[in-house]
Amino acid sequence: MSSPIVNDAARTALADVVVDVRNVHYAFGRRAIFSGLDIVARRGRITAFMGPSGTGKTTLLRLITGQIAPTEGSITVFGQDVTSLRQRELFGLRRRMGMLFQNGALLTDLSVFENVAFPLREHTRLPESLIRQLVLTKLHAVGLRGAANLMPAELSGGMSRRVALARAIVMDPEVLIYDEPFVGLDPISMGVIVRLIRQMNEALGITSIVVSHDVEELAAIAHESFLLSQGKVVASGTPAQLRASNLEVVRQFMEGIADGPVPFHYPAPDYFDQLLSRGPR
Amino acid sequence: MRPNRALEIGTGLFVLLGFAALFFLTTQLPGSGLSLGTESGFRVTAKFDNVGDLKGGSPVSMAGVTVGRVESVGFDPNDFRAIVTMRIAPEYDRIPVDSDASIQTQGLLGGKYVGLGPGGSETYLKEGGQIEFTQSAIVLETLVNKFFANFSSRGSDGGDSDKASSDVAAKEDAK
Amino acid sequence: MSAAAPVVDGPLVAMLRRVGAVGVFFIRVLAQCLPALARPRLVVHQIYNSGARSLIIIMLCGLFVGMVLGLQGHDLLARFGSEDALGVAAALGLLKELGPVVGSLLFAGRAGTALTSEIGLMKATDQLTAMQMMAVDPLRVVVAPRFLGGLIALPLLVAIFNVVGLFGAQLIGVQVMGVDTGAFWSQMQAAVELDDVAEGIIKSLVFGAACSLVAVYEGYHAAATAEGVGLATTRTVVNSSVLILVLDYMLTAAFL
Repeated sequence: MSSPIVNDAARTALADVVVDVRNVHYAFGRRAIFSGLDIVARRGRITAFMGPSGTGKTTLLRLITGQIAPTEGSITVFGQDVTSLRQRELFGLRRRMGMLFQNGALLTDLSVFENVAFPLREHTRLPESLIRQLVLTKLHAVGLRGAANLMPAELSGGMSRRVALARAIVMDPEVLIYDEPFVGLDPISMGVIVRLIRQMNEALGITSIVVSHDVEELAAIAHESFLLSQGKVVASGTPAQLRASNLEVVRQFMEGIADGPVPFHYPAPDYFDQLLSRGPR
Repeated sequence: MRPNRALEIGTGLFVLLGFAALFFLTTQLPGSGLSLGTESGFRVTAKFDNVGDLKGGSPVSMAGVTVGRVESVGFDPNDFRAIVTMRIAPEYDRIPVDSDASIQTQGLLGGKYVGLGPGGSETYLKEGGQIEFTQSAIVLETLVNKFFANFSSRGSDGGDSDKASSDVAAKEDAK
Repeated sequence: MSAAAPVVDGPLVAMLRRVGAVGVFFIRVLAQCLPALARPRLVVHQIYNSGARSLIIIMLCGLFVGMVLGLQGHDLLARFGSEDALGVAAALGLLKELGPVVGSLLFAGRAGTALTSEIGLMKATDQLTAMQMMAVDPLRVVVAPRFLGGLIALPLLVAIFNVVGLFGAQLIGVQVMGVDTGAFWSQMQAAVELDDVAEGIIKSLVFGAACSLVAVYEGYHAAATAEGVGLATTRTVVNSSVLILVLDYMLTAAFL
């Protein structure tokens, strides 16, 4: 409950670890972002990374996908040490992963169809007819087959994300990473995304990693959650376990309490001193 | 990218236009280069003591009309004179063989060109002919040197500068 | 991520690092140019973007530059009685200097900024990262085609600029100022050599490479925000302009 589930014994007991983050330290300039991070994502499960804004959730994704390297510690994906891979091997690794960006990141010059077909055209030599079938199938899976000829500028936020999801799965990846998929969506669109994430996982067995701070939504779909705060994992477990936790940090996050371990006031000098002094600020 | 016919046509037009411009610049402008259509005509030579900075491509004119072009400027090591080879346009086939050729300047700072003055002979210049009567280019520096040489020799005669300058002035007036 | 303590830390080192970064980037882009040509459609699209869409401004400015050349040249030459040399003056001025330099400056302003903001916007909306995540090298798909497009388009634009400029000069010189049309063209043909034309073409190739490189570099390395893209666009214009003028001096000296 209060101690993270991740220790060596537990690790060896877990047969299928797809992503293994061990004792990772990362600093940006002088700011330490992670100081001793331990996280696992298991095959076929939906793993959630949660935390207050600014804890570096997106940075963690970039570490896992090999865009940046940790100053200390190791990151293992599919059994390979990501930091030691060369460009070509890294690209090979990424072909087995799909990533859904916060704003969809569709290529603005291409139509919806062309966007979804992009990975196929770049990495395979499939005939045009086969590409067409694959693209339409994936678009159908996300419910946007009819929008195949629209341009990204004509799509709403929720539709963009669904097209991006179709694009992320067109090469049948083993891992799907969702970066803040619920941000800025209306309740209906949010319901659609939640359903799609669950479907991808259940129907296709795709290992999913979801980064978010939407406690409600994650509670509905995550098998295992890691709560990050101040550069470390402060709690992990199933959503039910987290909700039952007694840790103040966890309570504040799960219930949305304004003041607690994450303070309400940004660090400032004493209030009365400042008001009464005649200084410039 | 989506195949866009209008875009491809537009690009094609642009590239065509660009190459047409390049073609024009490289062939039509340079005198001594890949000019089209100046290989016709007949060749004529003339020897000069000094050609100044006459170069290939300079015009050859008669009565102010361009009748041909200088093809090349060479040097004869036997008599230490310059040989100018000119190509005269074929329609000007009635230039007398005793015409004279002089090297002149266009304006004050212009380039040099060859000016032909007509002779009186009934025989006309043709391929391989040579113009006998030539007058060299007037080189500015030589002219100035001459003037000052004249000037200072007058001074060493013992006359004062006033007398010398009025002498020069008188000489100028007498011209 | 921070480097080991450098010997001298300051603006000089920063500038050296920046120049080095541009150089490394240039080599990486060049390496991707050949693979990029495997998708000719992309390159054609970029030639259209950089070239065909700059045509109007190039022709308009070429015309006016030529006309000014006609006016100024005639005025200047008339003081020496050499009006007939207007054709020579206009042709040499355009071919050797004004065409490549002014054409490139215009190109940097119109096409260069478009390239920078396109790439910068793609960076700000995570499109470049998405490509990297899809194991597609953005240098091959986005940057190299734009670089090639600019490199091919600029010499063509400069040639068009020169031709239009010549006609502009002729318009003023012959039609308005009364220079003899035959003298205009024949003197030009007499004085202009293939070397002069070649000089102009080489200059426009070099400027094309320089402008395109600066434009794609700034776009690729822009801060991933709206403000960042704007700043990058400004840097493109400034750096391109300075680079053009510096290279112009070096090339001119080399040709003389």
